[in-house]
Amino acid sequence: MSEQDYGFDTLAIHAGAQPDPATGARATPIYQTTAYVFDDADHAADLFALRSFGNIYTRIMNPTQAVLESKVAALEGGTAAVATASGHAAQLLVFHALLNPGDEFIATRQLYGGSINQFNHSFKSFGWKVAWADADDVSSIAAAVTDKTKAIFIESIANPGGRVNDIEAISEVAKKAGIPLIVDNTLATPWLCKPFDHGANIITHSLTKFIAGHGNSMGGIIVDGGNFDWGKDGKYPMLSEPNSSYNDIKLYETFGNIAFAITCRVLGLRDLGPAISPTNAFNILTGMETLSLRMERHCENTQKVAEWLEANDKVEYVNYAGLKSSPYYDLAQKYTPRGPGAVFTFGLKGGYEAGVKVVSGVNLLSHLANVGDTRSLIIHPASTTHSQLTPEQQSKAGAGPELVRLSIGIENVDDIIADLDQAIG
Amino acid sequence: MDHTTYSNAYISDILQSVKTIALVGASAKEVRPSYFVMKYLLDKGYKVIPINPGMAGKELLGQMVYASLSDVPEPIDMVDIFRNSDAAGPITDEALTLDPLPKVIWMQLSVHNEEAAAKAEKAGLKVVMDRCPKMEYGKLSGEWARVGGSTGNISSKKQSMHESGKMQSLGLAPK
Repeated sequence: MSEQDYGFDTLAIHAGAQPDPATGARATPIYQTTAYVFDDADHAADLFALRSFGNIYTRIMNPTQAVLESKVAALEGGTAAVATASGHAAQLLVFHALLNPGDEFIATRQLYGGSINQFNHSFKSFGWKVAWADADDVSSIAAAVTDKTKAIFIESIANPGGRVNDIEAISEVAKKAGIPLIVDNTLATPWLCKPFDHGANIITHSLTKFIAGHGNSMGGIIVDGGNFDWGKDGKYPMLSEPNSSYNDIKLYETFGNIAFAITCRVLGLRDLGPAISPTNAFNILTGMETLSLRMERHCENTQKVAEWLEANDKVEYVNYAGLKSSPYYDLAQKYTPRGPGAVFTFGLKGGYEAGVKVVSGVNLLSHLANVGDTRSLIIHPASTTHSQLTPEQQSKAGAGPELVRLSIGIENVDDIIADLDQAIG
Repeated sequence: MDHTTYSNAYISDILQSVKTIALVGASAKEVRPSYFVMKYLLDKGYKVIPINPGMAGKELLGQMVYASLSDVPEPIDMVDIFRNSDAAGPITDEALTLDPLPKVIWMQLSVHNEEAAAKAEKAGLKVVMDRCPKMEYGKLSGEWARVGGSTGNISSKKQSMHESGKMQSLGLAPK
């Protein structure tokens, strides 16, 4: 029986996780080691030349991490995956594999504020230029393509605005330009949205969020769709051209439909170094086994909280794609039919001060900078995650001064609503 | 048969039954995929006979190189074709003149030749196209997951170590 025949939950529990060959341990062991003994000199040479599938050094691979990678790849329907220290590290490795100094990529303005910072500022040091486009206007993405554009980056469900992006329409722009579409699927998880089914070529995640679910471990991942021809025009030399740090091997020619993941591992992890810790990989694996159960409750609670807020007199607007009033309702029905996630925003009629009052007044919800925890979380982006942006950028990113972001947890929904009720006052 | 997908059982039966593999298009260049595959299959215990007219009479990875399949002085279980799709036609034709006949014609990643496949199947051979035996061995053994690959398998049985006893070498589960 091949993997394609198994259901999502069976894969979430079993994919990549056979009993340990050395001990028979049923749970995936934490391989807390930095290095691995070679069988002999010939084996060592084969490993370093990438001729053999084996373990060398935990900066590049680790058996606990490998289970996590294989499992996420199976759930997303990809060919392979590479886990990293964080979601930001995953983004760094993706662009490191695709871009040379002077190259450009297009990203949509409606992104997690941390990604906007990474793309605008840190990436500048590598000579990588981001061109911003409007996720709601696909023609603005097409208009931003130049002969230096190497990729398009979007989020499936955008953080923090409760937006759902038209992945298929944007993938058509990418196809026409002959470049890959990268979709960050953190807020949706593969239970709610499968970007590869809609034309994505690469998926990234912050595993720290819903996939882990518990808010106790950092991690990120890159999933290779195995569906892009890296060799056709020499646009991606790290994949298609001889690599002098591996005896002039051509990674795409050698690794075919897992070449992108291999490149991120053997050049990205090897040389940039943002490896996930084995213990974090284990913690995330433990959370992943219950992914669909949690996401169902997250979405059910979120729908109720969003509806309650929409009916509240002190609330000016609610941005949740599960509400019929949302301009993204139809896209949500198409791309996230099980529910458009648990992160959304609302605006208070009292503006900035009212936002500060709510985050100060909550007793059950936690005021912090994270999403995708079992606990309900609240933040006021204008004073925190998006405070590095200009007011104009804040509004464009969907984070104006009156706006509050929620990440609804899996507590009893009546308790979440009661806490918000007393905090809004 | 349909060659768009193969069951694990089909691939596993082939990799567990063949012992001698003629690798057509073998290369002495250590970075070529054909070199990678030859080295890997040797490490997994297969006898691999390299075929390359330009290197006939020399040794590659300790194995004698022959100019053509017809020159190989022993029975061949599987012909692994590392040439382009057009070349796979005459190579398959030559394989079908061998006595005894090989059991399997295997065409590497991106190599397809429906006509050659049909001829070989008519003669009772099994055919695999557009696949790599190293990758398929890795998926079936579980080694593929070490590089983050989705193996296509799940199992509650523990992984099998390879019979060589090498620490990092996984084998195919006994049938």
